Amino acid sequence: MASGLHQSDFKNPVVRWIDARLPVFTMMEKEYGTFPTPRNFNYLWNFGALAMVTLLIMIATGIFLAMNYTPHVNHAFDSVERIMRDVNYGWLLRYVHANGASMFFIVVYVHIWRGLYYGSYKAPRELLWMLGVVIFLLMMATAFMGYVLPWGQMSFWGATVITNLFSAIPLVGDSIVTWLWGGFSVDNPTLNRFFSLHYLLPFVIVGVVFLHVAALHITGSNNPLGIDPKGPQDTVPFHPYYTVKDSVGLVAYFVVFAVLVFFFPNLLGHPDNYIPANPLVTPPHIVPEWYFLPYYAILRAVPNKLGGVVLMFSSILILFVLPWLDTSPVRSMRFRPIARIALLLWTVAFFVLMWCGSQPPEGIAVVLARIGTAYYFAYFLVILPLLGRLERTLPLPESISRPVLRGGGPLPAGAAVKPMEKA
Amino acid sequence: MRRPLLHKLAAAFGAAALLAVAPAAPVRAAGEAPPLPDTRFSFEGLFGTFDRASAQRGLQVYMEVCSNCHSLRQLSYRNLTGIGLSDAQVRAIAATVQVQDGPNDEGQMFERPGRPSDRFRRPFPNDAAARAANNGALPPDLSVIVKARAGGADYIYALLTGYADPPAGVEVMEGMHYNRYFPGNQIAMAPPLNDGQVTFHDGTRATVDQMARDVTTFLAWAAEPELEERRALGVKVVLFLTILGGLVYAVKRKVWAEVH
Repeated sequence: MASGLHQSDFKNPVVRWIDARLPVFTMMEKEYGTFPTPRNFNYLWNFGALAMVTLLIMIATGIFLAMNYTPHVNHAFDSVERIMRDVNYGWLLRYVHANGASMFFIVVYVHIWRGLYYGSYKAPRELLWMLGVVIFLLMMATAFMGYVLPWGQMSFWGATVITNLFSAIPLVGDSIVTWLWGGFSVDNPTLNRFFSLHYLLPFVIVGVVFLHVAALHITGSNNPLGIDPKGPQDTVPFHPYYTVKDSVGLVAYFVVFAVLVFFFPNLLGHPDNYIPANPLVTPPHIVPEWYFLPYYAILRAVPNKLGGVVLMFSSILILFVLPWLDTSPVRSMRFRPIARIALLLWTVAFFVLMWCGSQPPEGIAVVLARIGTAYYFAYFLVILPLLGRLERTLPLPESISRPVLRGGGPLPAGAAVKPMEKA
Repeated sequence: MRRPLLHKLAAAFGAAALLAVAPAAPVRAAGEAPPLPDTRFSFEGLFGTFDRASAQRGLQVYMEVCSNCHSLRQLSYRNLTGIGLSDAQVRAIAATVQVQDGPNDEGQMFERPGRPSDRFRRPFPNDAAARAANNGALPPDLSVIVKARAGGADYIYALLTGYADPPAGVEVMEGMHYNRYFPGNQIAMAPPLNDGQVTFHDGTRATVDQMARDVTTFLAWAAEPELEERRALGVKVVLFLTILGGLVYAVKRKVWAEVH
């Protein structure tokens, strides 16, 4: 072995030459080849890979869109139409990018929900979970600014409403809003900086995704049983088992994606965004994109502006402390009969809030939004901390391989609830 | 599929988010608009295509009626090959309008007959001129109007055929017109279509219903000229993915067979 070179086992001399000096092939082999992965994943474990692929699709389509887009209030709307009409396959690029944002949120919502259901946020994966929340926040900022770029009516008024939220901050609120806008209203400087940041943030997301994956490969993946692998009999190498299983999910995902892009490209958009932005005409109902509706409902559920803003941001930020709010040693909801129902109700509350956010803030929508908001927070702040002490959990299986080998048959009785093992 | 899901959801989501021809002072809050009639268009459904003859008649309606007030600024005359017109026909249509060009070598702007590469001529030089000529109301650009209204093509057709005498007790403001489907029911646009207003080259009787249907088809094409190409490609993509999915799933079963 030459001094300072990595000992490489690869047969191909070129690969070995590179690998000895920069062991990327060894790293890939370790992290995506032989990486021991619990053998009992269900298809919900596809969604991390799906999110990664969607991020790459968004960056790829976005780069080509940016080549043809003009970030100026007088030209933005027309340049988007030019992409639709005169750029070769421009309509495909734009529809993939616009619907890709929706697909990204669907995928990430499922990914987060899977984490909530199977307790993936619990020790030792707290930091992994928190990095995920950072990615989610960055995604929301990126999506919001991206929606402004076509400079339609909803772009303009959505930007106005959301940036104005910061005016609720006492004393310095108005100054902050002026600073965000780069002027005294949403105008050309706002569009310019949103375009710049919309291009920047996805690469920041790539960076945090790298950390997210790095942290995952330290702790290893959680699994539907929420118990740690006891040995090689509980795991399979990532390749080919999960590369092929992720591929199945990926193709199914692409079918849904393709149906949306090719047959219903404007289903999830708002007709008003095909009206050029007009600062003098306010749309009757300003609504954000569907994926922001639950938070919009929380914002409007509070009669006080500052209170609404605080609650809206808290609804995401609370996820950062979730690993410490949920004190139960059992990860998977499969073994938590009461917490499982509480989480399913939380899921219902999320969809109810989504509906409320799409409605004018009056009548039943306000009442439901308040109930939904109360339950959304109660789940994290009251139910999970209490259940950690009070809930009688079901017996955990002894290992991953036993229930799997038995084809999911009855679990061995009498296996006691063990305190969570530290990796 | 009878009616595109798009329309149903758009109607549900968008509600009365319609801005069209609003005078400087906004009309009263959106009234209860009746449900849109479900118009059967050739381009509906998963595999619908634009009825070329209808779209060409719609072009005639646009050129002879709508274009007096409404621009179509995202389209060029060359795009009209998309509704089945030949290059010569497109050239002839473009040549019927005078467009401003320049400056020439003397620095002067000048008028010349339109060419296929020209954008559709705008009826007014700017929005202020358009408002001045229309009692303060701004006729919206029609390039993407079908995508810009909840209900899409159904709404455009309903609006064009929705003029009526106001019901008892409803007072229509000066210079406004009663329309069943316009949010607030008071629209600045006078009923644009009258029976026999245009003479179709193909001999089709120019009823209000026929003209509304044809011009809506034309505008639907104008808003989504890529629609047919998009759906055709979509069929291929979904078929490919379905076959690929079957193969990948078979591989997955094989790989996992020894583990289960």
